[in-house]
Amino acid sequence: MNDIMFTAASIAVIAAVTWICRAIPYIIFGGKREIPPVITYLGKVLPAAIMIILVIYCLRNVEFFNYSESLPTIISVAAVVLLQWKKENTILTIAAGTVLYMVLIRVM
Amino acid sequence: MKEYKFAVKKVFPVLFSYVFVGIASGLLMKNAGYSAIWSLLSGLFIYAGSMQIVMVPLLAAKTPLWTLAVTTLFINARHIFYGIGFVDEFRQMKKRSRWKYPYMILTVTDETYSILCSLDCPKEYDRLNVEFYILFTTQMIWAASCTLGALIGNVIPFDTTGIDFSATAFFICIVVNQWKSCSTHIPALTGVISAVVFYIILGADSFLLPSLSVSVIVLALLKDRVHIREMKGEKANE
Repeated sequence: MNDIMFTAASIAVIAAVTWICRAIPYIIFGGKREIPPVITYLGKVLPAAIMIILVIYCLRNVEFFNYSESLPTIISVAAVVLLQWKKENTILTIAAGTVLYMVLIRVM
Repeated sequence: MKEYKFAVKKVFPVLFSYVFVGIASGLLMKNAGYSAIWSLLSGLFIYAGSMQIVMVPLLAAKTPLWTLAVTTLFINARHIFYGIGFVDEFRQMKKRSRWKYPYMILTVTDETYSILCSLDCPKEYDRLNVEFYILFTTQMIWAASCTLGALIGNVIPFDTTGIDFSATAFFICIVVNQWKSCSTHIPALTGVISAVVFYIILGADSFLLPSLSVSVIVLALLKDRVHIREMKGEKANE
């Protein structure tokens, strides 16, 4: 295969697998029959579980016990939690938290 | 139009992470020798940030297609869990539009899932329309950023290291909002406990899917004990 074909095939394969992952629940439950109550229920409770797992996923490569490395992250995460808890202004929190983090990783 | 304006406002929190991660992935592609058209195609059809970054060295190394497929499955299987939450809602779209239904299914990412989960849609707006606008707008921003990164990514005048923290900050904001507005913390606690336990047992690279799966099973088993009002967005004070 030449380069262009190979790149196109690679991107197509990655896209196809990603699409399948996204479509599976709809393929199984999206048909005409009634959605089982447990799925409707899971749809309501899963977001809270998934979001907190996503946060841990974002932080997975931080070595928390190596403080010189992890301190900027720890401080920024704490600041984001506090600010969002007090102000509930998502844009403000993201902007402030990101700037704080970018400053800390440069000065610490 | 009002619905669209409302949707754009909801996209704002992820704008930074989309623009800069998109540019980063385009730039990576370009530096590996791939022209902007590939970044555009990837942004449109793959539309998964971490995958588009991971794939660059794999493409450059001419990795066999089946290895790419397995790698993608491993990295993107979490999306299966996002769908569970929206089957009920999105399938209402099926009756309205043939292409919008699959489009909405295929454009749910970490970030857009989070936006939709925390969407406090006013009653007078059509929730499905708003969701479609959000999904469409974010994808266009993403695809444009990927392309831009490949075209002019190397002329960004400042060092953007650390800007990816904005995605983490966004997810934390959603967790805080959910925590404050939820009538029960059992789902969040289930998530955090299973994630930490599997992180300790399996390590950073492989804890994600087990912890998502176990959370689903535990929460399903707790069905009759978890009493929720409405957790998806509609805050009690509206």
